Amino acid sequence: MSSQSTAAFTKQLTKYYGFYTGGFVGFVILVAILEQMGVPAKILGYMFLGATILLYAGIGIMSKTAEVSEYYVAGRRVPAFFNGMATGADWMSAASFIGMAGTLYLAGFDGLAFVLGWTGGYCLVALFLAPYLRKFGQFTIPDFLGARFGGHGPRMIGVFAAIICSFTYVIAQIYGVGLITSRFTGLEFQVGVFVGLAGILVCSFLGGMKAVTWTQVAQYIILIVAYMIPVVWLSIHHGFGPVPQVAYGYALQKVTDREKVLNDKSTPDGAREETVRQIFRDRAAAADAKLKGLETGGSVFLAEEKKKLEDNVAALKTATPQDPKAIEAAEKAVAGFPADAAKAKEQWTKDKGISARAAPIKAHAQPFAGKDEKASDIARKNFLALILCLMVGTAALPHILMRYYTTPSVKDARKSVFWSLFFIFLLYFTAPALAVLAKFDVYTILVGSKFSELPAWVSAWATVDKTLMNISDINGDGIVQLAEIVIGGDLIVLATPEIAGLPYVISGLVAAGGLAAALSTADGLLLTIANAMSHDIYYKMIDPNAPTTRRLAVSKGLLLVVAVIAAYVTSLKPGDILFLVGAAFSLAASGFFPALVCGVFWRRANKLGAILGMLSGLGICMYYMYMTYPFFGVKAPLWWDINPISAGIFGIPAGFIGVIVGSLISAPPSKEVQDLVDHVRYPSLETDYKAAA
Amino acid sequence: MQLTQKHHEYWNRNLKVTGILLALWFLVTFVMGYFARELNGITVFGFPLGFYMSAQGSLAIYVAIIWFYAHYMNNLDKEYGVHEGKEE
Repeated sequence: MSSQSTAAFTKQLTKYYGFYTGGFVGFVILVAILEQMGVPAKILGYMFLGATILLYAGIGIMSKTAEVSEYYVAGRRVPAFFNGMATGADWMSAASFIGMAGTLYLAGFDGLAFVLGWTGGYCLVALFLAPYLRKFGQFTIPDFLGARFGGHGPRMIGVFAAIICSFTYVIAQIYGVGLITSRFTGLEFQVGVFVGLAGILVCSFLGGMKAVTWTQVAQYIILIVAYMIPVVWLSIHHGFGPVPQVAYGYALQKVTDREKVLNDKSTPDGAREETVRQIFRDRAAAADAKLKGLETGGSVFLAEEKKKLEDNVAALKTATPQDPKAIEAAEKAVAGFPADAAKAKEQWTKDKGISARAAPIKAHAQPFAGKDEKASDIARKNFLALILCLMVGTAALPHILMRYYTTPSVKDARKSVFWSLFFIFLLYFTAPALAVLAKFDVYTILVGSKFSELPAWVSAWATVDKTLMNISDINGDGIVQLAEIVIGGDLIVLATPEIAGLPYVISGLVAAGGLAAALSTADGLLLTIANAMSHDIYYKMIDPNAPTTRRLAVSKGLLLVVAVIAAYVTSLKPGDILFLVGAAFSLAASGFFPALVCGVFWRRANKLGAILGMLSGLGICMYYMYMTYPFFGVKAPLWWDINPISAGIFGIPAGFIGVIVGSLISAPPSKEVQDLVDHVRYPSLETDYKAAA
Repeated sequence: MQLTQKHHEYWNRNLKVTGILLALWFLVTFVMGYFARELNGITVFGFPLGFYMSAQGSLAIYVAIIWFYAHYMNNLDKEYGVHEGKEE
């Protein structure tokens, strides 16, 4: 493609997306007017979700294609700027959009591992992979492994690794889709999953990478607008001005001052906090005493405890005057009493856990908080290990690397990584500010207010979902203390429009943004899985003579099957989303990164090295997760106190050692392969090796 | 094909810039992360420095690293005649 037509194409795209953004703003204004006219919130929620999904489907239908290179790599003519936006949407998942600010709110400094890990990884993409993969110019990441290391072995392991990490990740995305659709339309979670899935499929099914790319650009625009408006408004609302990313330093100071007051028992506010904490400590101590009694007394103790409660009911019933409320509460306590020793142990252990709420507030900006220096050092070690795993994983996730096949040239691939990180940066640069602003609001306005006059957003969310907002007057003084509030991380982004006093239409916009983030990532991942199976297994290994139509038919069929399986697995609600995401990164980092980087930078790396490297990386990583993650039940001791989520810290070096050892004990790669290495290293050579031949 | 001296020089310069930028990346991520507790003692524009670097400062440096690399390499391609498309 000549540079003139590229320029014309870019101009045309800019025009289209300009109109599109204008149209979207118009739509939001229309919904806002409808809201003022009294249309109920539920209808507005349906309008938002319906309109955006229809829009994505529309782009998908317009981009339908029957050409292989259009289907797999969008015809390799996506300009750097637009590929950057598409990568941004591809990259930023429900976890980034909804969860990130909440994680920072809850974890403070230590949550920044995600912010750093999910942005700094692009440095590795830019320096080690994107330009070289673009020069190689095939369709999938296993393609590169297959061509560089020769034979089906490396390709096959690559396919396996691509499927395993993409599938783990896609489940987390579809979960997000289900959560948002069900929250904003009132549909059931399982139904929400399949409705969202329909939106994903219409798009990728008809037009593959081409449709996904142009949809992702549209989704990026929605998600960034939806993220920025409430944060900017919240900042203005609290008098910090319209640039929260810069101005939140002042809010942070206020939060820090407030933390000190609330932790200081000699101040009136601190003393009130202390009464609540004392109640939690007493409850935990009582549970602990019962556990000890159970251990020594067994079922006899259990019966005695139950008897005490029953006597209490009897006593209350004979007392005059009778207190119906107290009787009801006492009867409830009898009914809720654990039936056997195992159940009692479970419940009381849980009750004992309430002591966590008695802990003093952790300062927001304080890195690596721990009870002593040793605990703090362990926290620091895990912080740095997690960053490394997330960064290297970023530079190894196939659905991201694949995006750099779609630019017109190596030069554009390099620029495109810049635009990718720039667009991602806009959101990640804002999330720490949002977390602090939300904390400012809770610490200074909510804490100390009266239970009879709670802000509307608090009572609204407390009735909708107790896991997101749980507030009760523990010490009975009628005033809110910080220790009386439990906030779920996802609340921060979801409730920001209401905290800032914005109309419901903005809440709808935020939901649409969250949906865009989850759908765009799910799109890219499903396509990666389907392509690995159809292109790498079916076309390259089973039937290299398959005609184009059949290749695409197989690809689309597989896409459908994978999507349905993923949705089914998701509807079972498996495990912890954050762990799934972390596991996907550690697996990708250990499996792909060493072999890919050595493939470009070390001429001597060969087939045995790649096989050994990928297998040992994946092997160590999976072994460590299996042994240490509580879900699997082995619960082996940790190695050097590293958490299972950062298993990649062992997998990555194992991968590199595998590549080096394997390569050195076997013959150097052939002349042909060495020519391929030169081919990818130089953007243009006079006798370019034709990989396709 | 047989690579010329010029090609090797191009590749060496690429390795050098990659190495320098990687060192910078390592410094802002891991060295500053490691000393975050100590850096927090310094206050810049109302922010504790350790917190600020991890929350926003490092991110801006990452963007700059990638911008610089793209800019530098795209010029290097032209200087060594290995750029794509002859008409530019």
